[in-house]
Amino acid sequence: MAEKTFDPLSQFEVHVLVPINLGGFDASFTNSSLFMVLAIASITLFLVGGTRKRAMVPGRWQSMAELSYELVANMVRDNVGSEGRRYFPFIFTLFMFILFCNALGLLPFGIVGLHGFTVTSHIIVTFAMALVVFIGVTIVGIAKHKLHFFSFFVPKGVPMAMVPLLVPIEVLSYLARPVTLALRLFANMMAGHTMLEVFATFVVLLGVFGFAPFLMIVALMALEVVVAVLQAYVFAILTCLYLNDALHLH
Amino acid sequence: MDVEAAKLIGAGLAVIGLGGVGIGIGNIFASFVTAVARNPAAQAKVFPFTMLGFALVEAVALYALLIAFLVLFG
Repeated sequence: MAEKTFDPLSQFEVHVLVPINLGGFDASFTNSSLFMVLAIASITLFLVGGTRKRAMVPGRWQSMAELSYELVANMVRDNVGSEGRRYFPFIFTLFMFILFCNALGLLPFGIVGLHGFTVTSHIIVTFAMALVVFIGVTIVGIAKHKLHFFSFFVPKGVPMAMVPLLVPIEVLSYLARPVTLALRLFANMMAGHTMLEVFATFVVLLGVFGFAPFLMIVALMALEVVVAVLQAYVFAILTCLYLNDALHLH
Repeated sequence: MDVEAAKLIGAGLAVIGLGGVGIGIGNIFASFVTAVARNPAAQAKVFPFTMLGFALVEAVALYALLIAFLVLFG
């Protein structure tokens, strides 16, 4: 057997599949792009296929599609109110995309010799999504309240003397929102997959006694599935809460 | 002290913060159990907040892990 090199972080490498050069700008189709396309294809298949029958009493597939819709619709209605309905498609897209991206990264492509890839394990992807949410929500807030939007940074019932101290803190915590939103999803995905790979190297290293770290991997996989769903849910619900803040200012 | 040793010590120090995270997660679920014990009908309403709280505290744990990785491999 060749010399064993153990590199738990190599699973996050982006490989170019189809080089595309747009006048000096690297727009290649990478394995990251492939998995994003796979996620969108799976979501479309899931939802379109599920609602194809349009039965009054839904079968299993239609139930699942309707459940995912209801989960996000209830989340938006409970956390944003009736004004949030127009933002439902955005939040639903966000939730389903993150959910499917996280889940696709867990599939054992290694069995057939291919290499899976978790799209959301790259900070640039999660940061792009968080930035879209942050800028979008801020624009919605400013468009609705004009300059009164900035009264959001002065918490209610604060004596005037404390305001010069509190406002910079509030502004800073508001600016930290896209950072924490991105970092939470990225760190969860990267740490989870790195841990799985590290335990996998233990299995190889221990040889006969490799069943012990293997059991640990089974437990970790269960945790990773929970984390994948939970992180998508948390991203979506925090988007709803930030939207609520922008629309209703306190 | 060479850089490698300093990195290892730094990474070890960075994960001390996880003690607070353990307390936080225990706190959240203790509150959840108490709430459901007092009012079992509230379980469905309280559970989403429990999950949200857990994920937010877990995020802090992962920030600490991230710092440890940055120290170790940065």
